[in-house]
Amino acid sequence: MSLWEFANPVKFMALSGKVLPWVIGLCALTLIPGMIWGFFFTPEAANFGNSVKIIYIHVPSAMMAINIWVMMLVTSLIWIVRRHHVSVRAAKAAALIGVTMTVIALITGAIWGQPMWGTYWAWDPRLTSFLILFLFYLGYMALWAAIDNPDTAADLTSVLCIVGSVFAVLSRYAVNFWNQGLHQGASLSLDKEEHVSNVYYQPLLLCIAGFILLFVALVLIRTRTELRLVRLHRLDVRERMKDA
Amino acid sequence: MLELGKYADAILSSWVITLVLLIALVLVTWRRSVQVKRELDAAEERAKRND
Repeated sequence: MSLWEFANPVKFMALSGKVLPWVIGLCALTLIPGMIWGFFFTPEAANFGNSVKIIYIHVPSAMMAINIWVMMLVTSLIWIVRRHHVSVRAAKAAALIGVTMTVIALITGAIWGQPMWGTYWAWDPRLTSFLILFLFYLGYMALWAAIDNPDTAADLTSVLCIVGSVFAVLSRYAVNFWNQGLHQGASLSLDKEEHVSNVYYQPLLLCIAGFILLFVALVLIRTRTELRLVRLHRLDVRERMKDA
Repeated sequence: MLELGKYADAILSSWVITLVLLIALVLVTWRRSVQVKRELDAAEERAKRND
């Protein structure tokens, strides 16, 4: 069996219909306990005080904002190369989730920045590249809304997605490329010596898993809706042709 | 009662905004899904009758 079989909308609908309840259940089992653990049961940090509780929402949302764009890039490339409708519809379905995650990351970052850096906003490399990524998300959604022909819209938004990927990569690695910004280094690292203490790390991992599963659940639901809209459009055209 | 100290405003506003946005995203997604499914079912039914 090939992975490309799931590019068939009928097979995708059947498989996603079976998987979705499990994803929703797992999401509830990770996100809710992770958030409760992080908010209520983690101690004050020596340097950040209780403001450390913001990382349980800021870090997962920032990670998702970048990774959702990467997922959109992969699905857009599949569209460009193989013209699979399911892939480009999945990219379209992910955009609203991505923009929401970007807004959450920007707002929680700004709120955290005021007491820590003394300002809500600075033109720091990571913050600036994140703001540009947010504008790319808006542009991507606007482009889909502005073009009537779905194939043309898919082509143009896929190209926009490739261009915007520069800023997704910059958002991720800005703190490594430039060290003059206010934003501190990554909170998570594969190097055990570098990451935050376990008492914060474990609930953070649970929250990240919850955000990932929430994204998977939402993108499956939204892609299913997109595919239903395609079918609805085809039925509508057929009905109108019969009437004419 | 949870003691959040001098960062209480920052913490609470961050969490409230995040939860509101996430819940709104879930509700919008769910509502649209139900609405489109209903419309498609009706259109399929109409198409079957007309065939």
